[in-house]
Amino acid sequence: MKENTRGKMLKKAFRAAFPHTIPIFAGFLFLGITYGIYMNVSGFSFWYPMLMSLTVFAGSVEFVAANMLLGAFHPLQALAVTLMINARHLFYGISMLDKYRGTGLKKIYLIFGMCDESFSINYTAKIPEGVDRGWFMFFVTLLNHCYWFMGAALGGIFGSFIRFNTEGLDFVMTAMFVVIFMEQWMKGEHMGPDHISSLMGIGLSVVCLAVFGAEGFMIPAMAAILGGLTLLRRPLGKGGGLV
Amino acid sequence: MKMTLAQQLFTIVMVVLGTMLTRFLPFLVFPAGKTTPGYIQYLGKVLPPAVFGLLVVYCMKNVNWLGGSHGIPELLSIAVVAGLHVWKRQMLLSIAGGTVCYMLIVRFA
Repeated sequence: MKENTRGKMLKKAFRAAFPHTIPIFAGFLFLGITYGIYMNVSGFSFWYPMLMSLTVFAGSVEFVAANMLLGAFHPLQALAVTLMINARHLFYGISMLDKYRGTGLKKIYLIFGMCDESFSINYTAKIPEGVDRGWFMFFVTLLNHCYWFMGAALGGIFGSFIRFNTEGLDFVMTAMFVVIFMEQWMKGEHMGPDHISSLMGIGLSVVCLAVFGAEGFMIPAMAAILGGLTLLRRPLGKGGGLV
Repeated sequence: MKMTLAQQLFTIVMVVLGTMLTRFLPFLVFPAGKTTPGYIQYLGKVLPPAVFGLLVVYCMKNVNWLGGSHGIPELLSIAVVAGLHVWKRQMLLSIAGGTVCYMLIVRFA
């Protein structure tokens, strides 16, 4: 009897989680296959992209790691570059401290699998009443992880044979972040703290991108956002806006 | 391949370690059992909207504004995503509509 209710609860959480991951299914399968093919043509055996997609599960750094693996042995440099590319995860962690609370052992996997997409969905999704929060977020993370692994494995194994026209499909990720950005905007009050933060995020990132270029803008942008929000703590922290 | 297999595996371990450090650090520094400092609680509340803005810009970082298509396919498709989302507010529809629009533009325009 108890097993039965647990099974029902899991099924319910899975059913609630799956639709949220459909855009990621398209995006990750495509990007994963691209990554697998990239590894394949770089001369790696198929088990490299499979191993990396399982253990790292952070798209951009996996592409960079392919280059590191082709070069000379510089483990500390590999660590430093990874920390720099993935520094944005620190912001995700700070934002999820509350939401991941009380999820038991699942929390370890939730944090392990906290890529851009898992974080974005788990932070914004309105989890329906009666669905277990912890399992919902667990399935979102697990499904995303599976899509990425499947893509990387397919690309790695069949890399040299795959020919299909998916030009432009990678835009699905941009479209998803635009929608999530808008959802966040629509939830906030007019020119309240959320709106100020949204505008700062876009504005400061654009300025840093223009100044530092595509490869070096993330860390300055994060520092600028952190600095800006810290300076505005007094007005924004009270829940007030600036206008 | 310049590295031995062991050196490659060690490099992969470093990449895993770096990624996990960035993901686990906030949870290790501010464990669930202890009260989180007010400043960090404040950041947890106000950071996400800015982070989503950062992610949108991050997706556009390789767009060539001065040459090529000048980012016009991207901006047009984002406008379609935004328009659909304001109109219907159906996440999947907005994402699919914008992506199809982008795929059509980069192929046929």
